[in-house]
This record gives sequence, C-alpha cells and structure tokens, in this order.
Amino acid sequence: MHRFAKPSVFLKFTAPILPWLSALTVVLIAAGLYFSLIGSPVDYQQGHTVRIMYIHVPAAWMGLFCYVGMAICGAMSLIWKHPLADICARATAPVGATFTALCLITGSLWGEPMWGTWWVWDARLTSMLILLFLYLGYMALVNAFDDPERGSKAGSALALVGAVNVPIVKFSVDWWNTLHQPASIVRMDGPAVDPSMQLPLALMILGFTCYYFVVLILRVRLELNERRIRALHLSGMFEDPETPTSAKEQAYEAGHNAEAKQ
Amino acid sequence: MNGFLAILQRDLRLALRQGADSVMVVAFFIVTTTLFPFGVGPEVNILARIASGVIWVSALLAAMLSLERVFQADYEDGTLELLTLSPVSLELLILGKVLAHWLTTGLPLIIAAPLMAVMLNMDQDGFVTLMIAMLLGTPALSLIGAIGAALILGARRGGVLVSLLVLPLYIPVLIFGAGAVEAALLGISATAQLQIMAAILLLTLAAAPFATAHAVRQAME
Repeated sequence: MHRFAKPSVFLKFTAPILPWLSALTVVLIAAGLYFSLIGSPVDYQQGHTVRIMYIHVPAAWMGLFCYVGMAICGAMSLIWKHPLADICARATAPVGATFTALCLITGSLWGEPMWGTWWVWDARLTSMLILLFLYLGYMALVNAFDDPERGSKAGSALALVGAVNVPIVKFSVDWWNTLHQPASIVRMDGPAVDPSMQLPLALMILGFTCYYFVVLILRVRLELNERRIRALHLSGMFEDPETPTSAKEQAYEAGHNAEAKQ
Repeated sequence: MNGFLAILQRDLRLALRQGADSVMVVAFFIVTTTLFPFGVGPEVNILARIASGVIWVSALLAAMLSLERVFQADYEDGTLELLTLSPVSLELLILGKVLAHWLTTGLPLIIAAPLMAVMLNMDQDGFVTLMIAMLLGTPALSLIGAIGAALILGARRGGVLVSLLVLPLYIPVLIFGAGAVEAALLGISATAQLQIMAAILLLTLAAAPFATAHAVRQAME
C-alpha cells in the first residue's frame, strides 16, 4: 500500500485503470437505471414511488462510505504522513457531501407521499443531517489556512473525531423508535428486500461506488498536476521563452519522480 | 499534577483579572434567552413548553462563543508554544485549561439557568434536573469545544469556523440535556438521560484532551 502512496506511482497506476473504470460505471448505472425504472415490479403499497429507493439507498450508502474513506485517509495521513492520503481525503469530501445531500433530498421527496411530511426530526434523518454538517465543516476547515498542509492535518483530526457519528447513523434505526424503517439490507438474517428489487439496488450501489472511484482518481490527478504546475511556475521555467517545450515536459515528468523519491 | 494546578491557577487568575469575559458569557446567555419570548410571543404555556430547549440552546451558544478564549491569546503571544515544549504532558495542561474554561463559563451558566427558567415559567419540578443535567453537560461542552478551538488556531475567520465544527458535535448533549428536563417535567424519572449524559462526559473526558493536544501540537509545527 505504501508503494502506491507515491504520486508518480499513483499517476502511472491509475492512467490505464481510469477508462475501464469509467466504462464500468456507465454500464452499471445504465443497467441499474433500466432495472430500477422499467425492469422491476412496482411495490404493492407504494406503487411507483418505491423507485426513489434506487437512488436514495445508494446515495445514503455512499454518504457513509465516503465519510469512512475520508476518516481512514485522515488516519493514514496522520500516522504515515502520506501526502497522497491528504489529497484523497480532500477529494472525497465534496463527493461525500453531495451524496449525503442527494440522500436527504430524495428521502424528503419520498417522505412526502409516504409519510405525509417532507421532514421529521427522527434519529436517522437528524444523524444524516449532522453527517452533512460534518462534511461542510471539514471542507471549510481544510480551506481555512494559508498553509494547505496545516489545513489537511486539522481536517484529518476533525474527520476522525466526527467518525463517532457513522455508527450512530447506521444503528439509529435500531436504538431509537424512528419513522424511518429499520435496516432491511445489511442485517443478521439476510436482506429483507424482495429479490426482484435486490438486483437493481445492487447494480446502483455498485455503480455509485465505481462513480466515486472515478471521480476520486480524476480529482487526485488534477490536484497532483496542479501542484506540479505551481511548483514549475515558482521555479520560473515556464516564463522563460528560451526553454524549448520538450525540456519543459521533461522537467514536468522529472518533477513527479523527484517528488516520489523524497 | 503541579503543572495542572499551576495552569489552572494561571487561567483562573487571568479570567478573574480581566473579569469581563465570564460576565459577558452570562450576559449573552441571558440576552439570547430573552429573545425567545419576543420571537414566539409572551404566552405562558408556550414558553413553559419550550423553556428547557431554549435554555440549553442558549447555553450551547454561550459556551461556544467563549471557546476562542481557551487557546487564542496563548497562541498569539507564544505561551502555547512553551507549554508544548514543557516536560509536563500537554494533555494534562490542556485538561487544566479546559477546567478553567468550565469554571469561568459553565459554572456561571448553571447558576444563571434557574433564573431564566423562572422567567420562562418553567415548572418547578424541572429545576433540579436542569441543574444536574447542566452540571454533567457543560463540562462535556468545554471538552468538545477545546478540540474545535485547537483545530482553528491560525485559521482565517476562525470564529465562524469553530461554530461549524463544534455545533454538530454538541447535538448529543443538547438532545439528552433537554430530554432529561422534559422527562422531569412530565413526572417521569430522568435517570436514563442523565446516565447517558454522564457517559458522554466520561467519554469526552477520556478522549478529548488527547485529540486537543494533538491539534495543538499540529498548530505549533
């Protein structure tokens, strides 16, 4: 794992993976959308409204998944001081926040016809809202310092402290009496969702997860390249019209490897 | 232990000499609480119903606003750096600072709370529970808040940022604190809520000094 923590290795390793992963994401989400919108039966009680579930549940899963990922990256950056872990944590936060917001919005749209209300202050909804606030706090904190290094470290500590909330979200439906239904997928005696609905749900969850990794790789590559360009600008090489283009490219490549050797 | 007492003494003395800080926290608490009757109307029943929540939310905000005081001044004049370098463990020193913060903000709030409860027409049955709940809750607020205060050292717009970081983490204290008073007002035993609050306090007491010390060390690098 430490081998992949070098920026140059990451760039080299992810370049061939990215197109395949993108294609997989498109296929999974396209198939998932087909099965969830057309190829699955309507619910005997909820009618077509049940189809909101195929967006809502994967989004909720991603909200938690991204937070756990962010906290693990934060721990890695604090323990081993990998610069890449910092970048991964930073890149994960907006994605996770978006999925959490998507989960809250779709849940609200689903709640209106089913519960007769857009919002209730029950434990599951409230803890999910707190998760969104934690994401927002993290993003505000990492960008609040002049020194990005310091921002990442403070953010990592906050991500770890906020991880207390993750089990609360997961088990809120068991610990409190909530309007939100109890766990029906990840539980001891197997999923309680009908098999005809499990397939589109699984496809969408996998698709969303792949989508996250595609975005993560893109964002990390962007950040690495930005840093490299900034470093080259500071060195003044780009401003010099005498330097031939090939030399600039060489310096760019060398920069990556120099960073990796540190 | 000497270091702990020394820092506690120093922070208390600073707070007492400056004086205004503690008074300001209580004044803020009272003013915020007074705003609610203007906002929701002076109807006695409604005020009595929302009293526990209003008092807790105001206490939360008052405790949060005073957080900057814990580390900011020491950070700016370099004291914090010397504390980090001292042979006494930083966790213990931070515990001393947090205790001083609680004594100068949490304790006055607990004393002011029954007064505001009277003004909001809260039923007398809830008074004792309110004070016990605040006795358990406000130290936890100081401990959690210290983490946030340490994280924002050196940040731009730290004051706004600390609210975004700390308020989500304050929510459990608010839920069980207001819940305990609610239970007492309904005539049910509030033991369960108070026990959970004691658990929160113990957990933060065990974990928060380490997280705070870690954040302070980072700020010093």
